[in-house]
Formats: sequence, structure tokens, C-alpha cells
Amino acid sequence: MSVFKMSKTLLKNIFHGPYTVPYPVKKKETYDRTRGKIGISIDDCIFCGMCERRCPTGAIQTDKAKTSWSIERLKCIQCGYCSEVCPKKCLTMENQYTAPSYGNVRDEYVKCTNIQSPGES
Amino acid sequence: MGNRTIVPFGPQHPVLPEPIHLDLVLEDETVVEAIPRIGYIHRGLEKLVEKRDYQQYCYVAERICGICSFMHGMGYCMSIERIMDVEVPERGEFLRTIWAELSRLHSHLLWLGLLADAFGFESLFMQSWKLREQVLDIFEETTGGRVIFSVCDIGGVRKDISSEMLMKIKTVLTEMEKELKETTSVFINDTTVKLRTKGVGVLTKQMAFDLGAVGPMARASGIEMDMRTQGYSAYGKLDFKPITNDGGDCYARTRVRIKEMFQSINLIRQCIDIIPGGEINVKVKGTPNGEQFIRLEQPRGEVVYYTKANGTKFLDRVRVRTPTFANLPALLETLKNCSLADVPILILTIDPCISCTER
Amino acid sequence: MKEQILKEISPNDLLTEIMKIKNDGYRMVAITCTNKNGMELTYSFDKDYELLNIRLTTDTETELPSISILYPYSFLYENEIKELFGVKITGIMPDFNDNLYKIPVKTPFGVNE
Repeated sequence: MSVFKMSKTLLKNIFHGPYTVPYPVKKKETYDRTRGKIGISIDDCIFCGMCERRCPTGAIQTDKAKTSWSIERLKCIQCGYCSEVCPKKCLTMENQYTAPSYGNVRDEYVKCTNIQSPGES
Repeated sequence: MGNRTIVPFGPQHPVLPEPIHLDLVLEDETVVEAIPRIGYIHRGLEKLVEKRDYQQYCYVAERICGICSFMHGMGYCMSIERIMDVEVPERGEFLRTIWAELSRLHSHLLWLGLLADAFGFESLFMQSWKLREQVLDIFEETTGGRVIFSVCDIGGVRKDISSEMLMKIKTVLTEMEKELKETTSVFINDTTVKLRTKGVGVLTKQMAFDLGAVGPMARASGIEMDMRTQGYSAYGKLDFKPITNDGGDCYARTRVRIKEMFQSINLIRQCIDIIPGGEINVKVKGTPNGEQFIRLEQPRGEVVYYTKANGTKFLDRVRVRTPTFANLPALLETLKNCSLADVPILILTIDPCISCTER
Repeated sequence: MKEQILKEISPNDLLTEIMKIKNDGYRMVAITCTNKNGMELTYSFDKDYELLNIRLTTDTETELPSISILYPYSFLYENEIKELFGVKITGIMPDFNDNLYKIPVKTPFGVNE
């Protein structure tokens, strides 16, 4: 009758303590390559629309007239396809996740140019 | 003729990882027959092929299932590469094999945990999943995601693994192997586990062949069938043999899966030792035209991908026939004449992955 | 990988062909249906890692016999094709009568969309 096979592991665990991280008091650290969210350096963007066409979910919207680039955070699946096809390489995959939110969050970035009128921010 | 009742084994059950409905016809605690009803996770992914072009569909194909996600992406990419006659560079093939074997390891560890949970052995469940966390950490460090990797691409892989990272994977796996031996010896030798799994759900070799069982279900009944011996990807250069067992019951299937885990660790070590340098992907231009069948070995069995393309960037048809779909008739057959308390163990022993079954 | 063979037959020869294949010892792998220029059904069989595909083209009006008398576990595939595509397959044992996937739309992959 071998019913006590687990005892060695159980005793080891009693003396080790918990293996889990007490989130949200202490956050788990992310690695370099973790796919958290998409960031953009808006000054390099030329609003060609490649990222908008390639996005599998349609989360990105660009507007050349208003020189704005916006992304719907909850639709984005963090695949990284947009950052690969961008011709100016202004999109990067950052390794921190977006904070939890109650509704749909649309983050909009506007490039300010001195040529015409856009004054929105 | 005893008293016949119908018990719905509902979509929500603590033992099931994913929802499936079975109507069990009982006669005084013995199951007479079972009628399946699936469709709770049907998302219409095969119809989405009309709206997403063939390169965007890589990301959709990965998300068919969370447990076997890398192999779905790999199978889809392999079928498109066969149609377009693209040859993936060697380093890309080896990297794909490393990730595929790590996927198999984490899937079997998940299954072991669920099996222990099915007969109430909670601490063993937690131990198996604790070991699985180390594999998920490797995934996050190399690909960026714990469950969905987004790393397989038509023409190769997107990200490279440096040699220091490969050595680190080797050390993590060597330490994990020792703890794995302790945990799995509980599954193999403990009396309570043996009482619940020996003699339950017996499938003879002829029955397994007639019912079309695939994967560890068939291998545990003595049929030697493993798609990896066909030599796709980097498997042609590795040295291994399919693992079989003659028992045919749940205990035999547990042993087959445990041995496959150790075989996976061995295969990853072999890959890391002989991986060549070089490019990891080739650029693919143009559109596919033609059709192709590809068969891979997922952790649950043999999976068939059928892709049909017509020269435009939208594909005609993508069809995935997953191993759980092929094992369902075997499940319905083993459920006959078993007692009600054995039903959760029998359902878990085919390793049900319902989200694959009903894309 | 070994070669894949594709054979085209007409719907009337279906049962005789499948009987020959079963006597050869093949195992059934999958039944695929594509809706393009009519309904194209492909039956796939395997023996010793060699894939044999039987293809026939039909439409939603012709009645096809079921192969569940020869391969009993093909009932899942044929029920799915009947429900999603609308191909009339008769004699499936057991027949779910469009209750396998409980979807609200009839034959979503079929011709009427």
C-alpha cells in the first residue's frame, strides 16, 4: 500500500512558503520581449495607413487630414504585425500592459505641424 | 430493465476545461449510452478566411485554441509554404521544433494536473501546474507571450533565440526533470491513483483502430502511430521512437503521456545541441494557388490541415480536423457500461480540447 | 513526407469505392467540404502514413448515401457537413437532424448567403 508518496514533496512545501506572487501588492516583473501594448513615436509617422490595413482586428485608425493616429486598446491583440510593416519603424511593442479599464479606451496621438491649423491635442 | 434516467453532464462542470454537453442515459448508476451535443464554442473561424487575407490569418489560426496554439499556427504556415513551394531555413525549422516540443510538455503537464483534480487529489494538481509555470516563463522570455506566441510566420519564425537563452533553457529543463520524476512517480505508483484508473475505459487494439482513435489514445492500445516519424520540420534529424503501451485503459494512457513528456525534454536537448546558425525566415511574395493536406502531431494526436487557395490574397477554404474530433467516437464507446463515478475520468482521458474541435 | 494521392469519382460510385478501400485496411481520417463551384467533398483515408483522397463534386439537391455503415464513426463528420453546408446525406446512423451545433442560422457555409 503506497499511499504516502506525496509526503516528501508536501513537507518540502511546508517549509518553503508560497510559490505565488501576491499581486496586486507586488507585480510580476516582465521580460524584455513581453508583448504588452503598442507605442508610437508620433513625430516620425507619415500616416501612410499600412498599419491600419494590416491590423487583423481593425483596432488602428489613421487620419491624414487631422494627422492623428489612434488605437482601440481593448481590440488590440498585441500581435506585433503593425510594428513589422511600418515603413518608418515608428511603432514599438512595449513590455508593460495597459491598465484595466471599464469601457473601450481609444488612445489618440496627434502630430502637431506648423503648416496648417490643427490645434487639437 | 432497471430505472432509466437521463442525467445532463452539463456544459459547466468543474472537471471540464472547456464546455461540452453529454446526455447520459443511466440505468441504476451504470451508463447505458451517451449523446453528445457540441457547439458552445463555435466561433466560425473557418468562415473568417473570407475576410482576412492569408497573412493575417496566421494570427487567427493561432487563436483557435489556447493549449495547442503554437501547433495550429505552425500547421497553417506549413500548408501555405507547401502550396507556395517556400523552403524554410534550417535554423527556423529547429526553432519551430523547440517551441513545438515545449508546447507538448506544457500541454501534458496541464493534463496531468486536470486528471489529479478529477479524482480529488488537489495537491498533485497544484504541483503539476507549478512545474508548468517554469515552461510558461520560458515562453514569455523567448516569444513575449505565455499562451499565444505570435512567433510563427509564413517562411519561418519572427524571433530568434540567442545561444545564452538556449543554454538557460537547457539548465531549467534539467532541474525540472528531477522534480518531474518525483511528481510523476506519484501518478505511477500511488495506490489511490491506480484504483481509480486501472481497468477503466478499456479499448482493445482492434476497437481503437475501428473507431479511428488517434494520438495517445491509440498508442496506449498498442497501435504504433506517430506523425512525427514522417520527418516534417526538424524531426527528420532527431532520434526518437513512438511510445506505446499495451494496457488500453486510463492507467496506460497516463503512462504514455508521462513518458512522452520525458521524451520531449530529450528532443529539446537534442535540438539545442545540433541547432545550426543562419537565417530564421525568408521573405514571401505573391499569392498562393493550389491545395494541400498537411498532417502534424499535436499533443493530443494527429491533426489534419487542408488549405485551398485560388491565386488571390483571400483563401478559398481552411479546414482543421483536430484530434479531439477523431477521439469523440472512442469516448462514446468507452462510456457504455461504465459507472457514473468514472465519467469525469473517462472524459478527461481523451484530453478534450473542445475549442479546437469546434473552431 | 510520402505522396498524397487524389482520385476523382462520381457520386454513384461512392459506396463501391469506399468498400474497396475498407477491405484494403485503410483508416478514415477526415471528410472535408468546400463550397466553390458546387459542393466538393473530399474523403481522406490513411494507411501506413500514406494519404489517399477521394473527391466528388455535387450540389445541395442530390442525395448522397452515408458511409456510416462501413465506417461507423463518420457520423460526426457527415452530421457537421449536413448542418453547415446543406448537402443532403441520407442514412447517417445516428442522425442528429441539425442539432449537433445549435446555431441559429441554417447552413451558414451553404449556397444561400
